[in-house]
Amino acid sequence: MRALVWHGKEDIRCDTVTDPELEQPRDAIVKVTSCAICGSDLHLFHNFIPAMLPGDIMGHEMMGEVVEVGSEAKHKLKVGDRVVVPFTIICGECDQCKRGNFSVCQTTNRKKQLADKVFGHATAGLFGYTHLTGGYPGGQAEYLRVPFADATHIKVPDGIPDEKVLFLGDIFPTGWQAAVQCDIQPTDTVAIWGCGPVGQMAIRSAVLLGAKQVIAIDHLPERLDMAEAGGAITINFDEESVVERLNELTGGLGPEKCIDAIGMEAHVSPSMPDTVYDRAKQMLGAESDRPHVLREMIYVCRPAGVISIPGVYGGLVDKVPMGQLMNKGLTIRTGQTHVNRWTDDLLHRIEEGQIDPSFVITHTVSLDEGPEMYKVFRDKQDSCIKVVLKP
Amino acid sequence: MTYSISNIARSKGDPKVLHSGPSSLGAADRMARALGWFSIGLGVTELIAARRITRALGMEGKEALVRAYGIRELGHGIVSLSSDKHLGLWSRVAGDGLDIATLMTAMRHDNPKRDNVGIALAAVLGVTLLDIIGAQGATARHSRPRGRPSSYRGRTGFPQGVQAARGAAKDFKVPPDMRAAPALAAVSDRAPQERARPH
Repeated sequence: MRALVWHGKEDIRCDTVTDPELEQPRDAIVKVTSCAICGSDLHLFHNFIPAMLPGDIMGHEMMGEVVEVGSEAKHKLKVGDRVVVPFTIICGECDQCKRGNFSVCQTTNRKKQLADKVFGHATAGLFGYTHLTGGYPGGQAEYLRVPFADATHIKVPDGIPDEKVLFLGDIFPTGWQAAVQCDIQPTDTVAIWGCGPVGQMAIRSAVLLGAKQVIAIDHLPERLDMAEAGGAITINFDEESVVERLNELTGGLGPEKCIDAIGMEAHVSPSMPDTVYDRAKQMLGAESDRPHVLREMIYVCRPAGVISIPGVYGGLVDKVPMGQLMNKGLTIRTGQTHVNRWTDDLLHRIEEGQIDPSFVITHTVSLDEGPEMYKVFRDKQDSCIKVVLKP
Repeated sequence: MTYSISNIARSKGDPKVLHSGPSSLGAADRMARALGWFSIGLGVTELIAARRITRALGMEGKEALVRAYGIRELGHGIVSLSSDKHLGLWSRVAGDGLDIATLMTAMRHDNPKRDNVGIALAAVLGVTLLDIIGAQGATARHSRPRGRPSSYRGRTGFPQGVQAARGAAKDFKVPPDMRAAPALAAVSDRAPQERARPH
């Protein structure tokens, strides 16, 4: 089969690889009909999370049709079922899964020893996301082996186009969880840094959850356009001070809820000297992440407010103002998304017509064009916001 | 070869590479990578063999300067190998200018190693040409083209419109483990005495 394979830093290739096989009784094989490039794939593209190996298949946002089912998954899946595959692999049985904390499933990370050493305690296995999370082959491929498939799937009815439900596997529940963990009240201002795909979903989620005002921060005109279309007030950080504008929009008090939909690769600009400092340290290997957004959120957030972080951080950050964080009594909520915790509800909202996540797709191409689209997406060329690949 | 080593970390049923296809790395990226490693190599050489370099060029006494240039080359190399490769390559072009200016000072008639300086100068000019080609290529490949970006003003994501969407999910119950601390949770539904309870 064909698959997008990581060969090294900025080197993704569309390779011919062997087909996946059932390994365990709970496995299933899915023929991928649609998959997407996620913003967090770019961290791997840049090799900022150094646990990829040449030959690893990329991709953690995919859906398709079940073509083979292991003996112990047959009570939940059958050949022909249409499924979205969540990026978190879950057993559904461990203590964390029973609590709904699916992204920290205690069972599915098959590289547990490595992850225990790096994270202290292992988190769930993830598709196509380094050997720290199991080294599972990803879904930017024609076929995908889904481990623990009886739990790791979201069944979707026929008749809804792939584009409407594909993002149930990652960015939609990720934006949703980011907003949910803000515990949005009708009086709240929610500020969202980053108008990439997760930021766009967080904007829509905050609007649906009834925030008084949603403010979106970015500097790319097309992304700000899309944010505004979704009901957000926008701030272009190239043109105005984020802190001053946020204070102006909140009567000088700051937003109650702040969402970081950027993560470890904040935009670098001489007008934000800390970003240049972070980039220099990152190049020298003295810091893995660029936490400009985190610093700005802590500074501008209203005291006793909530900071929600769906953006991926990979390792060590520098100069995080703990004094401001502590004295202002801020709450930080973060984590990979507990996808299956939200998907029944979100699928229902899609079916009801409350939201159509396909609005975010700007490019649909074949799998062969995937390597070039990584570059286009990374360089924000051609007004690219979200790429869907058709194997 | 690389795959056979990394395949050790894979399980039996995981797909393995059979044939490699086209890469996301373009010619400009590969050139940047080559020039980046060249910078690192040159930088290390300038650092550890400064005395031999100055002797060969008739520039005795300038060892500290050569070592400083070595550190500069390492900087060029690190940036050229990063995803900001165009910056690294343009910084190499600037560095080439500095190298040429420095070598020109050694082109004195009384310098017995003048021929060596001439060869070094020719080499630097050749590398400068490569650096300019590489920098232009990387800039062109990775820049956002100027001009008007696409407009996504119609992409609300809400089939029934933004106004209908505002608060449409108010029926959603935030799970107890994701509630905000009471200080910013809704206070309007609490009794006044509870809101102002003294410590």
